[in-house]
Amino acid sequence: MRDIEETGRTVEEALEVALERLNVTAEEVEVEVITEGNRGFMGIFGGAPAKIRVMIKENPMDKALAFLEKVIDSLAIEAEVVAAKDDRGIKIEIEGQNVGMLIGRRGQALDAWRYLTNIIANKGVRERERIRLDIAGYRARRVAMLEDLAKRTAKRVRERRRPVRLEQMSPADRRIIHITLQNEADLETVSEGREPYRQVVVSPKGELRYGNRK
Amino acid sequence: MQELLEIIAKALVNNPDVVTVNKVEEDSTLLLELKVAPEDMGKVIGRQGRIARAIRTVVRSASARDNRRVLIEIMENV
Repeated sequence: MRDIEETGRTVEEALEVALERLNVTAEEVEVEVITEGNRGFMGIFGGAPAKIRVMIKENPMDKALAFLEKVIDSLAIEAEVVAAKDDRGIKIEIEGQNVGMLIGRRGQALDAWRYLTNIIANKGVRERERIRLDIAGYRARRVAMLEDLAKRTAKRVRERRRPVRLEQMSPADRRIIHITLQNEADLETVSEGREPYRQVVVSPKGELRYGNRK
Repeated sequence: MQELLEIIAKALVNNPDVVTVNKVEEDSTLLLELKVAPEDMGKVIGRQGRIARAIRTVVRSASARDNRRVLIEIMENV
């Protein structure tokens, strides 16, 4: 839980400043008044500032869950949202009927939901948590497919001794290719081109090539 | 879709009370006018429009079943 102390002429003023500092709304915090402000005699003599402690109520996991539950409710789909914390952050899985509309073509909606959920869950939080999102096992299947593609591509690059350019992919998908091949000492992977057309190029190491290299 | 857009926008901004979504329906398009507080414009648009793009992607995908084009316009609520 993140908390800060703030002073102001009145409790209200201190709270306003604190909310701005934390970048949250009044509903997202608990307020503890340490000293009530005292304006003093005619606002000149002996005035004491108000001092408060402001705490953010929710953690990223709760915020992410609350947000996704609301989304699912509004779409009238039957689905369950399950979250678990591990050493890589928070993993959220959605299972249910008609969840295809949350995945979208080529998982584009899934990527966008993950992006939005990360922003919303980490809003005003000091220690950001990385949230991974999967819907009906789509991401897990996609990861397996991409790992397989990475390995087949590595084989082709070694056989042909030439770079191989993969089709355009989202940042999340490209990341899987890079990670899968990062321990292959004789190969290197770079992303080239501009979003959303960025492509991974797998090359034999040391091969000098044209193009923008990382 | 109106409700979905409102949920997303309210979760992103600092002033959820000021968020409104107005619906304009035509035969083949559904126009959703999202209005947020001027200081919250960045929260729903994002750097290089990345957040706005994500919002459009999820709302369009969620409304793929009705075959209308869904347009989202973002404006300042003044």
